[in-house]
Amino acid sequence: MTIPPGGGQPGGADLVGDVQDGDYLDGNAAAGPLSEFFTVDVTDATGRCAHCGRTAALATARLYPNSHGLLLRCPGCTEILLRLVDTGDSVCLDLHGMSFVQLRRPNDVPS
Amino acid sequence: MRTGWNIADVISVRQETGTARTLRLRLPGLTGHKAGQHVDVRLTAPDGYTAVRSYSVASALPGDELELTVEELADGEVSPYLVRAVSAGDQLEVRGPVGGWFVWDPADPSPVQLIAGGSGVVPLMAMIRAHAAGSGVATGTDTGTAPGYAAPFRLLYSVRSPGSAYYATELEELATAPLLAVNYVYTREAPGSSIPPHRLDAATLLATVLPPEDNPAMFICGATAFVETVADWLVRAGYSPDRIKTERYGGTGTTP
Amino acid sequence: MGIVSPGFFGRRRRDDPALPPGQYLTESFPVLSAGPTPRITPEQWEFTITTETGTVHRWSWDEFLALKQDDVSTDIHCVTSWSKLGTSWRGVSLDTLFESVESDLEFTMAHSYGGYTTNVPLDDLLGGKAWIAHEFDGEALEPAHGGPARLLVPHLYFWKSAKWVRGLEMLRQDEPGFWESNGYHMYGDPWREERYW
Repeated sequence: MTIPPGGGQPGGADLVGDVQDGDYLDGNAAAGPLSEFFTVDVTDATGRCAHCGRTAALATARLYPNSHGLLLRCPGCTEILLRLVDTGDSVCLDLHGMSFVQLRRPNDVPS
Repeated sequence: MRTGWNIADVISVRQETGTARTLRLRLPGLTGHKAGQHVDVRLTAPDGYTAVRSYSVASALPGDELELTVEELADGEVSPYLVRAVSAGDQLEVRGPVGGWFVWDPADPSPVQLIAGGSGVVPLMAMIRAHAAGSGVATGTDTGTAPGYAAPFRLLYSVRSPGSAYYATELEELATAPLLAVNYVYTREAPGSSIPPHRLDAATLLATVLPPEDNPAMFICGATAFVETVADWLVRAGYSPDRIKTERYGGTGTTP
Repeated sequence: MGIVSPGFFGRRRRDDPALPPGQYLTESFPVLSAGPTPRITPEQWEFTITTETGTVHRWSWDEFLALKQDDVSTDIHCVTSWSKLGTSWRGVSLDTLFESVESDLEFTMAHSYGGYTTNVPLDDLLGGKAWIAHEFDGEALEPAHGGPARLLVPHLYFWKSAKWVRGLEMLRQDEPGFWESNGYHMYGDPWREERYW
């Protein structure tokens, strides 16, 4: 049995159950759960909202941590960019709210 | 980036304030991290129940050790355990350090303005420590050559009272160096009688932070309402939203 | 599973016959928030049931309040492991709302203001098992808890009790809703611990 992921309070305070109604965090806090899927930090990547076209770092999306799963919403239109559900035995990632994700290669890697 | 869950050894613990404690962890194989990153901590009960929380790294150490400062919340599920139950010699499951966005890059020559609400000072302290280590202020460290180490740093720290401020002695020492300035706003209880306690307001904020023409890199960390309000004031005052990076946390959600 | 943290027990779980497996008891009423809270006024609010023929049965707020009201006392169980016992609600039974509805279909999708969906078999909505609730503990249901009105299907995990509900759509076959399409169980019986696929 596992609590939903995304209990993020990088400021040092304890979070799940303590977030006020409607409170959200920054996409930064999704870095840990997403590291199960990506070998680079994907919160630093740029994503395009499939609904409104806003294109920005995933770290700037709104993370709703106090839910049945981890949800990232577009700060422009509030539509869902990404959903992640941790069932304990598996992790399920839904990216259909983004029309692309763009990674920037580190400078020291020839492209 | 370190992925997956790893076992960390708790090397030492020390009380930071009446309600916060700093844990020093060793993560075998870790070779430093970026200033501003966080880790996820997973606790597992004997019946298999698990709880995961994220905590910012407070330290800027080059090797396989790092420090977390954890504030105990009354209704918290994980923080009371970390603040009161854990002791040196224990082990914790840790994922990370992770996060590549809310980090200070020493290669960036920009001046840096840090704005903390309460325990939001933790990741900003990692940046201050990394900067101090690289600019040769901290003892026993090699001076870095990256341009960011020569850039001025400024911290605006909004906190309830002197007693609830983290890292006060160390910040006082570091601020004797010319490259760091620290300003406090006490919201409930102020030292002495010069300035009564007050919430951070737009006028105080704008009078304290680096001016827009310096084009500072800005990092704001605190409760959601605090971060929201401060970022909004800055943007209205002409700071570019592209230069402002934020990290919100839940908690009791007080505004500045 | 990782290492056990000595002395860590998490939210207390206790052996209470009213508690389904894996649940802990809470006195508070936690709010799970998957997005901004929709703010719907009674004037804007309506509830619809849409059938296979395209017929839309429609109730305004006043028409809805004029229907027979039930007072319901029930236990609720959230899939995130909290249970709350003996909660008090007031609302309209789905039996009442379906009296005028002709449909041969066995499945429904609940739709909410804000875009949330969840699937529930029709059998689980009828027979005194489900309501459209608009009061909690004698007070108007707060927006954070789904007000003006939410679906109340207390014998299933509480994610099936859609907040801010605005209608039911009859379905020919069972289809996954918002959380069911991303890992959560299609039915969600707390006594069989049907949390995930």
